[in-house]
Amino acid sequence: MNWPALIVFILLFALVTVVGFVAARWRRADLNHINEWGLAGRRFGTVVTWFLLGGDMYTAYTFIAVPALVFGAGAIGFFALPYTLMVYPFVYVIFPRLWSVSHKHGYVTASDFVRGRYDSGLLALVVAITGILATMPYIALQLLGIQVVIAAMGFTSTGLVGDLPLIIAFVILAAFTYTSGLRAPALIAVVKDLLVYIVIIAAVIVIPIQLGGYGHIFAAIPREKLLLKPPAGGNIGVYSAYVTLALGSSFALFLYPHAVNGLLSASGRKIIKRNMALLPAYSLVLALIAFLGYVAVASGVQHDPAFSGWFKQYGADFAVPALLLHSFPAWFAGVGFATIAIGALVPAAIMSIAASNLFTRNIYKEYLKPGATPAQEAGTAKLVSLVVKLGALAFVLVLPGKYAIQLQLLGGVWIIQTLPAVVIGLYTRWLHRWALVLGWLAGMLLGTGMVAAQHFKTSIYPLHVGDLTVPGYAALYSLPVNIGIAIFLTLILRALKSPEGLDQTISTDYEYDTE
Amino acid sequence: MSRLKRACWYVVLFAIPYGGVLWVALYNRVEPALFGIPFFYWFQFVWIIVTAIITAAAYLSKV
Repeated sequence: MNWPALIVFILLFALVTVVGFVAARWRRADLNHINEWGLAGRRFGTVVTWFLLGGDMYTAYTFIAVPALVFGAGAIGFFALPYTLMVYPFVYVIFPRLWSVSHKHGYVTASDFVRGRYDSGLLALVVAITGILATMPYIALQLLGIQVVIAAMGFTSTGLVGDLPLIIAFVILAAFTYTSGLRAPALIAVVKDLLVYIVIIAAVIVIPIQLGGYGHIFAAIPREKLLLKPPAGGNIGVYSAYVTLALGSSFALFLYPHAVNGLLSASGRKIIKRNMALLPAYSLVLALIAFLGYVAVASGVQHDPAFSGWFKQYGADFAVPALLLHSFPAWFAGVGFATIAIGALVPAAIMSIAASNLFTRNIYKEYLKPGATPAQEAGTAKLVSLVVKLGALAFVLVLPGKYAIQLQLLGGVWIIQTLPAVVIGLYTRWLHRWALVLGWLAGMLLGTGMVAAQHFKTSIYPLHVGDLTVPGYAALYSLPVNIGIAIFLTLILRALKSPEGLDQTISTDYEYDTE
Repeated sequence: MSRLKRACWYVVLFAIPYGGVLWVALYNRVEPALFGIPFFYWFQFVWIIVTAIITAAAYLSKV
């Protein structure tokens, strides 16, 4: 057992636990209202929104998996750079409209918007279910991240005793989410980010000095990993995979319920726009985090017999924990581990809140209890947030970790299928509601089929175009089919004069709060 | 210039970094390296900063 690391870890974890519960009193309001519990009263300003969205998107899994991919596969892992580069202009141009219309009509979820826009409970239901399905494995992945750092501190026992630290972390997470709602992750995100910046700055300054500079680190990387493999023999190879992963992920990110939740809790339209100019600060940090994968290679941790047991169990995911243990005094490694674990709590809390908002608003209120009061909604959402997390915990404890990873790969492929209803819906209602449902169905089946054809090992599908093989992200490949079918069926349904329902919104709603 | 016209200009501006990072063949090389960092890495890093500046400019000109 690594006591210095463990003690620092427990102290920092205790700190955020207190912060999580104190958050209930922050900007005090009636937490028995879903608008307060689930969206923190939509009162977050620029700074809190920045921390919240940052905490939301740059998760424990990012700290573990991105460097792990770079550590194992090299340059392809850096697709996270063009991905986060492209996401902010995309959100800047489009998503203030979602904020405006949601603020105007009191929508809590993207499904609420779809419900109001298309007058279709069915379309709203499929959007909600897709959101919940895509979010659940994401929460499980956060718990996997905690598992890795707990193991790194020397918890090697198996069975219930081995699982106990994770269960304790989970109970704390569940309790403060239940009592404080979205306020808790927002406040903890501030602590988390301070820790992230401290650890990353230390890591990219101290370790390269130990290793003799950046040039040395890059020189230690095998040439074939340092760059993307160029196209050869009619196969575009990694080039198209890199580009489609980046583009598809950037389209998908803000369709995730937890990202929408973060956006809608902002107090003004311009808060979102301002944040899209400020959030790239995280992209720079992400570049450094990805770079840690190479630092781990250069430091030779994979050949250190002290780490071989962990590498055997966790594979490349152990690269960053190993690097922290290798390069820093034990207490500072504890700071790093706590940072990763807290980095798991923030998104896990927001994701469970977002998933329970979806269930409450678009399944419970829509189908189970149409006359539910806001207090009943909040009560249901709180309970469901527990169920969602319990499901994720059971998933991690019972099933091998690879299932969570595979489902997370599918999550991106699934959530992007809601783009036509949500994003196109922000501009035009031309697409017919039933056409959107069937387009969604086609996209879900095709995208899942593409990943299944790779035996769920990767979401990169080798598309054959004539003699050419163009490997690419299944999400991006299935989306045009979804949209194409939606357009085609819209033309048919229009010709048949199929009823299109009533639009709750008017065009000026989408510009609400514009200066 | 009207707000809509300015917005169109910014969409064009945003297309530049998109094109920059999507054209992989352009930057998938080691040289010219900067402080020992291969071109592939610092090129994308610089585009992140450029994109943030464009976004900030769009925000400041109320687009």
